[in-house]
Amino acid sequence: MSVMVRSKINGDDIEFVCQPDETLLDALRDRAGLTGVKEGCGTGDCGACSIMLDGALVCSCLVLGAEAEGRSIETVEGMANGDQLHPLQQQFLQHAALQCGICTPGFLIAAKALLDKNPDPSEEQVRYALAGNLCRCTGYDKIVRAVLAAAKQMRKA
Amino acid sequence: MGKDTAFKEREFSAVGTRPLRPDGIDKVTGRARYGADFNMPGQLHGCILRSPHAHASIKNIDTSKAEKLKGVKAVVTRKDFKAKDVDPSLLTVLDNCMAGKTAFYDGHAVAAVAAIDARTAKKALQLIKVEYKVLKHVTDVDEAVKPKAPLINKKCFTKGVDPVPAKASNIAAVSEFGHGDVEQGFSEADIIIERNYKTGQAHQGYIEPHACVASYSPDGSADMWVCTQGHFDFRAQCAGILGMDASKLRVTSSEIGGGFGGKTHLWIEPVTLALSRKANRPVKLVMTRDEVFRASGPASATSIDIKMGVTKDGTITAAHAELRYASGAYEGGWAKLGAMTAFACYDLKNVKTIGYEVLVNRPKTAAYRAPSAPMAAFAVESMMDELAEQVGIKPIDFRLKHVAKEGTRSSYGPVYGPIGIGPTLEAAKNHPHMKAKLKANQSRGMACGFWFNFGGQSCSDLNIEPDGSATITVGTIDVGGARASLALVVAEELGIPYQQVKAVIADTGSLGHNDMTHGSRGTFASSLSAIDSCRQAIQELCKRAAILWDIDPEDIAWEKGEAHAIGKSKGNLPPLSLVNLAQSAEKTGGPISGHSQIVADGAGVSFATHICDVEVDQETGQTKIARYTVIQDAGKAVHPTYVEGQFQGGAAQGIGWALNEEYIYGEDGRLQNPGFLDYRIPVCSDLPMIDTQILEIPNPNHPYGVRGVGETSIVPPLAAVGNAVSAAIGVRMTQVPMSPPRILAALDAAESQ
Repeated sequence: MSVMVRSKINGDDIEFVCQPDETLLDALRDRAGLTGVKEGCGTGDCGACSIMLDGALVCSCLVLGAEAEGRSIETVEGMANGDQLHPLQQQFLQHAALQCGICTPGFLIAAKALLDKNPDPSEEQVRYALAGNLCRCTGYDKIVRAVLAAAKQMRKA
Repeated sequence: MGKDTAFKEREFSAVGTRPLRPDGIDKVTGRARYGADFNMPGQLHGCILRSPHAHASIKNIDTSKAEKLKGVKAVVTRKDFKAKDVDPSLLTVLDNCMAGKTAFYDGHAVAAVAAIDARTAKKALQLIKVEYKVLKHVTDVDEAVKPKAPLINKKCFTKGVDPVPAKASNIAAVSEFGHGDVEQGFSEADIIIERNYKTGQAHQGYIEPHACVASYSPDGSADMWVCTQGHFDFRAQCAGILGMDASKLRVTSSEIGGGFGGKTHLWIEPVTLALSRKANRPVKLVMTRDEVFRASGPASATSIDIKMGVTKDGTITAAHAELRYASGAYEGGWAKLGAMTAFACYDLKNVKTIGYEVLVNRPKTAAYRAPSAPMAAFAVESMMDELAEQVGIKPIDFRLKHVAKEGTRSSYGPVYGPIGIGPTLEAAKNHPHMKAKLKANQSRGMACGFWFNFGGQSCSDLNIEPDGSATITVGTIDVGGARASLALVVAEELGIPYQQVKAVIADTGSLGHNDMTHGSRGTFASSLSAIDSCRQAIQELCKRAAILWDIDPEDIAWEKGEAHAIGKSKGNLPPLSLVNLAQSAEKTGGPISGHSQIVADGAGVSFATHICDVEVDQETGQTKIARYTVIQDAGKAVHPTYVEGQFQGGAAQGIGWALNEEYIYGEDGRLQNPGFLDYRIPVCSDLPMIDTQILEIPNPNHPYGVRGVGETSIVPPLAAVGNAVSAAIGVRMTQVPMSPPRILAALDAAESQ
């Protein structure tokens, strides 16, 4: 028996129908068409499916689609403001903080969650805040630099 | 290739700069389409049933109940791949993608289903009844070579030995390399050390699982959308397995979410295509992470015996290695690569390596970044440190004393041209990291590494667009920034701004065959072809200018994106820009383009030296990497930021391999840790910043001096970390990963002695 779900996704009122056992990750990708949310493991270990759910950073593979009823979701697709990239997106490009780019949406969301709480993190704080997101290409060096640079840019703004 | 590819000194304007990558915005906004992001109308959901046994005969597969389930549109087993259709050279590839009479490892595919949705497909898998007869298995490489080990393939008669053995064994092939007389060399040695080194089985760990959409049409043609490192090879192999003409299968590569060699092999693709053919509908199949670990291809687990002799004054007199590489149930040539690379950094008088390719009941070994080299380097570079200590020479000086240089005959045969191992060692010696004082609880290690680099078939199109911009179309996959590098090369060659070049990866219907992105060949080979295409286009542009000016094309030179009249006409005619020429193309002969097809020879070999500082907690056995530096010869660095990225990424993977990553098998032959929680790759808080130093020793066989850069960086870390850890705990570590339990065990063993 399918479930009708009404939620706010990236500021828009979105309705979708999903199976009761369907993950929010699958619902976002297959029902709402938001394929920027990636599946790397399906078990909450890699962070590629990171989203904000009512302001909390979660792995969408560990949440059911039905649980999104009446709640607010932010994904990578909602980060830029029109053609104005979010400072994190700008700095990820500037620092070449992505190679293949599959983990990038999750990193951007997790980094935004960090900077929303802590606008001036240390390198160590960045490293621990992003420890739930796996990247296999970069060795994290350029990702950490990009997040620190974005934090600086946002503090000046 | 019959074209002038010799390196020439030049001033670069675009190459060597660091612009933003052209595919970047799509990748930070979620728009880029990866393997699992593509869908077709009417598409079915594909799923694969896998063997729970490490080794079992398949007596019978009953699919009748699954076929009757509502919503199931196709079930395939090995029977659906008709033997008469399959190219014999691809039989083992098929056998790995879909088992025949035997399941060779935990995770081996035995049947597949396509259904209207995931739920139905999964339900159908449970309705398939497979009758197995469980056989004895062997997963350990040293156990597998024992005479009484369970035999994996009754037809496996060791290749590379004369005469061919009469008895089958698990040793699929033997390969030997070297020169001189090692016995004589050992007789001249004052000190001889022999040691066994072991490396665990590591997976590439790309974050994107394999994904594929196949659409087989009733007219016998088909389309495939897939994440791959080589769509032309995937086309040839899928077509060869399904009995299709390659030209009837069009393969489009998606953006690729990491590969590191793992996406150079087929896993799910022929199965997806067979499901689509049977169901007569498009089918999408995406691996779960559990399937990626159990049923795609990790690197070999190895066991390596090294024996080296040295005189008291520190001269190596002989080096000998026997390298056993587990290859899964199918031969793959992995031990051979280990035997070739082992001593490649050094100039040795007497050297011999013997590689044994060993069959085991594990997933088929696949390429993993500089395949087979890191394990051999772990053994050799650990031994180099031990020898240096024995003769009282600093590890870096001991290596410099034996370093290979231009003219050295390599341990695997060829004589080296200009190479970078000496310069990377000199740079390491002078690096601030090497000179920095260690903190009280820290130790330092270093190690070197080598990789061949490949060239191979490439072709490209360079189209001058009507607005005067340029599009370079290549067929070698971009795995991590190649489009930026190629756009830089085209901008350099045409003399136009980087922003006016677009780099595109063609599908298999739009360009001739291109080899896959492996062996660090992508930027080297594609740029060689792109330069050639540009030069063809420039010739054409000069002809068009000659028509407009009504002068001899010989009197025209191409400079900074413009045609200049030279010779007699000089000074009277203002230059014609690319825009001028593009806009007048209709009057001068139509669209302007250049095309190139080459076999890129002369990929320059690559060397690196790494320095690593560690802190080992002797209570818990936990190792922390305190500082890490990569020094590597890149040849000319086309886009230095992405070269650094390759250095850093390879180092991080090597550190993971050194400290944590390993396939763990139970007594039952089943993989115990098929997930990122238990197969733990380095996370952000595990690593420090990774410093890089790019050396640019030109490759003499590339007009700009470009070498491959992608792989060598994973070769030294196992030994660099190993040497640092060994120094920290005062015990020689001979096995990676050096996980906390292994370090504690090594400390306990040392204490009890």
